[in-house]
Amino acid sequence: MSIRAEHEIHSRRKGRNVGIGLMLAGFVVLVMMLTFVKITETDFTRAPGAANSVTGSEASN
Amino acid sequence: MTDITNTPAAEHEAQLGDYFALLKPRVMQLVVFTALVGMLAAPHSVHPVVGFASILFVAIGAGASGALNMWWDADIDAVMRRTAKRPIPAGKVQPGEALAIGVALSGLSVMMLALSANLLAAGMLLFTILFYAVLYSMWLKRATPQNIVIGGAAGAFPPVIGWIIATGSFSVEAWLMFALIFMWTPPHFWALALFMRSDYDDANVPMLTVTHGRPATRRHIIAYTVLLAVLAVGTGFTAIGGYIYLTAAVILNALFLLGAYRIWQRDETDAEADNYLVERKFFRLSLYYLFLHFGAILIEATLRPYGLGGW
Repeated sequence: MSIRAEHEIHSRRKGRNVGIGLMLAGFVVLVMMLTFVKITETDFTRAPGAANSVTGSEASN
Repeated sequence: MTDITNTPAAEHEAQLGDYFALLKPRVMQLVVFTALVGMLAAPHSVHPVVGFASILFVAIGAGASGALNMWWDADIDAVMRRTAKRPIPAGKVQPGEALAIGVALSGLSVMMLALSANLLAAGMLLFTILFYAVLYSMWLKRATPQNIVIGGAAGAFPPVIGWIIATGSFSVEAWLMFALIFMWTPPHFWALALFMRSDYDDANVPMLTVTHGRPATRRHIIAYTVLLAVLAVGTGFTAIGGYIYLTAAVILNALFLLGAYRIWQRDETDAEADNYLVERKFFRLSLYYLFLHFGAILIEATLRPYGLGGW
């Protein structure tokens, strides 16, 4: 009895691997999109700690 | 012999679907829906990508706690008819795999939610996972007939997490949504326990039906349903309520109270005569009950920007 190159177990494993691969790819895309949104939505022009000083000046008024 | 078909690895090799079943997809649906409603009902808007990602991570966290629950409960799942086909008792997934998936996805979901939303939301997700997997599954479920009451809290946290994703803080409205699911869970599961007669007895799970008997369970159902009705209708007068929610709540709670009253008025002889028809109907209604309440909150929130929803 010879070993076939493509056994049924291989095709089943392939299906599982492709599935996991697609999920990982989706995760990468999602993290990329999240990063893009976070960067573009956040006001990076403000100096670190500026948010607090604004609140502080408002509180003193 | 070169045929590898009969090796244990080939017989027990899990497919992607088996791993997915570990995550309790039906519970996940409820988690996604209620967390989404919590997020959209909040007074702050969320960027669609951030909202989508955050709800996804909450769903993954819920799935992870489901996998941990299945890992821990494999012995009783094998005994109960309702759960005997779950991946571990069915021999499709090894217990160690379920544990690994549960732990890995828990860590991933909490970490990613902290990055996509905020630390408070991630902290609440971690608390929910631990609450369900450790406090409920490992301890309370097999220790006290109040298991469903306290365990129900785990299922009630998602709208609170959704609210925190949007606002970064707690509020009364978020806890009202929590209370709605929290109070709904006991009558929902006790009705199930009434007509899934021998399951919990066989598994030695101390459900109220086993420890205090069926008449006591019927009394508990009506008591919780009355409290739930007061809470659900009362929520209609808060910031997340409105005419649409209030109308839905009054109708649904009237039907729910009627069902609970009928269950209370019956004994086992009546129930066995019609194969638990009233209990089954009440259980089915309970599914619509929760879905429609949260659906109404969602409609109110969606209409609010147009000046139509809310008060």
